Amino acid sequence: MSPLLERIQEYLPLLTTGLWQTVAVTLLSLVLASALGLVWALMRSSGTRWLSLPARYIVEFLRGIPILVVLFYIYFVMPELGLDLTAFQAGVVGLALTYSCYIGETFRGGIEAVDRGQVEAAKSIGMKHGKMMRRIVLPQAFRIALPPYGNNMVMLLKDSSQVSVISVAELTMQGKMLASSTFDNMTVFTMVAALYLCLTIPLNILMRRVELKLGAAT
Amino acid sequence: MIRFENVHKSFGKHEVLKGIDAEVDKGQVMCLIGASGSGKSTMLRCVNGLEDYQSGRISIDGETINAHASSIHAIRTRVAMVFQRFNLFPHMTALQNVMEGPIHVLGENRDEVRARAEEHLRRVGLAEKMDFYPSALSGGQQQRVAIARALAMRPDAILLDEPTSALDPEMVGEVLSVLRDLAQERMTMLIVTHEIQFAREVADGVIFLDQGRIAEHGSAEAVLSKPTHPRTQDFLRRVTHPV
Repeated sequence: MSPLLERIQEYLPLLTTGLWQTVAVTLLSLVLASALGLVWALMRSSGTRWLSLPARYIVEFLRGIPILVVLFYIYFVMPELGLDLTAFQAGVVGLALTYSCYIGETFRGGIEAVDRGQVEAAKSIGMKHGKMMRRIVLPQAFRIALPPYGNNMVMLLKDSSQVSVISVAELTMQGKMLASSTFDNMTVFTMVAALYLCLTIPLNILMRRVELKLGAAT
Repeated sequence: MIRFENVHKSFGKHEVLKGIDAEVDKGQVMCLIGASGSGKSTMLRCVNGLEDYQSGRISIDGETINAHASSIHAIRTRVAMVFQRFNLFPHMTALQNVMEGPIHVLGENRDEVRARAEEHLRRVGLAEKMDFYPSALSGGQQQRVAIARALAMRPDAILLDEPTSALDPEMVGEVLSVLRDLAQERMTMLIVTHEIQFAREVADGVIFLDQGRIAEHGSAEAVLSKPTHPRTQDFLRRVTHPV
């Protein structure tokens, strides 16, 4: 076997392309999951049964299915129903659907934690529900929901490795292929783990900074 | 102007208002007093639909209040409210708090609203604190911002729910003096309060509530100085000479 440094240099380009795929999958599904999660949270806290009940059932339904099964379903079953997605698209959609539930619950927790008096004050100046949510409740709810939302982000980043099972060429997938062609398991998977940490550690630090800053603003 | 006609209100099986009849005229200051649990806050909150009621009628200038009708939003812009716990919006400065309603609910011109909001804040003695966030203000200052926020809506009447009860004693005076000024300007106010001395000074009328009923109702002098109902006498003895 060639020396360690040479091997690292040899593996790095392949793993880096995987890393970018991981970042792309994570960011896209994060945006989708956050938007969808906000929809679930708003529906559930709307106070109208025909909005809150469907949202509750959808969230409970999706939360009850493992991510792997959701991914298999979207990638292998949906084409039979006429929805043909690439592995990358299926991966993003699967992660987004699953995480929209976690993120939705996080947002809902934030919304419910906003002081009742804020709602009453907003109502008492004549605000209707939509404007009250937008201008008074959500800005405060996001602040409350930020720490758990940060956790969701890190978990989503790590769970993006699951899309390797439907052959998305992200970091874990590239590592697996590299390891099976070189049999250099230790180097390859150590590098894979290190590359994940290169993403998760800065992300954690960033979240802490933002929390401190928001905490100081009020 | 604000009128209660045989108003009944229950929380589940518990009836908190048992047939309230009362009227607040334009320019009048009406104080609601009574022990906690007597229904005075509930009575106040029914006026702007923060609570609904089951029967009877509450009306403002003849318009019936229905907490579940869409008309309630417009009514709330005409009847402002000041809360015991201030309920300022914590993510906005004092000035933004005062400007929020006129700009985002009434859709008024931002520059005009800003000028008016600054004027209101000056009037309540907070010219120096306009750009402060609520968390940087004392309780008394927060409550004065809340009063300015109510005034900025140019309401026909203001409801005040124990406006000094959450304040440290040394801050009660600054809030009451603002309210005294408003009373002098003939602002219509319905005030739930435990400040008997203040009520005696500014109130045109006083309502004493006891277990969801109006036990006594009349001029401040009559109710507070010569109460006839034994419950009023007992209540006043306890709040003016606390044990």
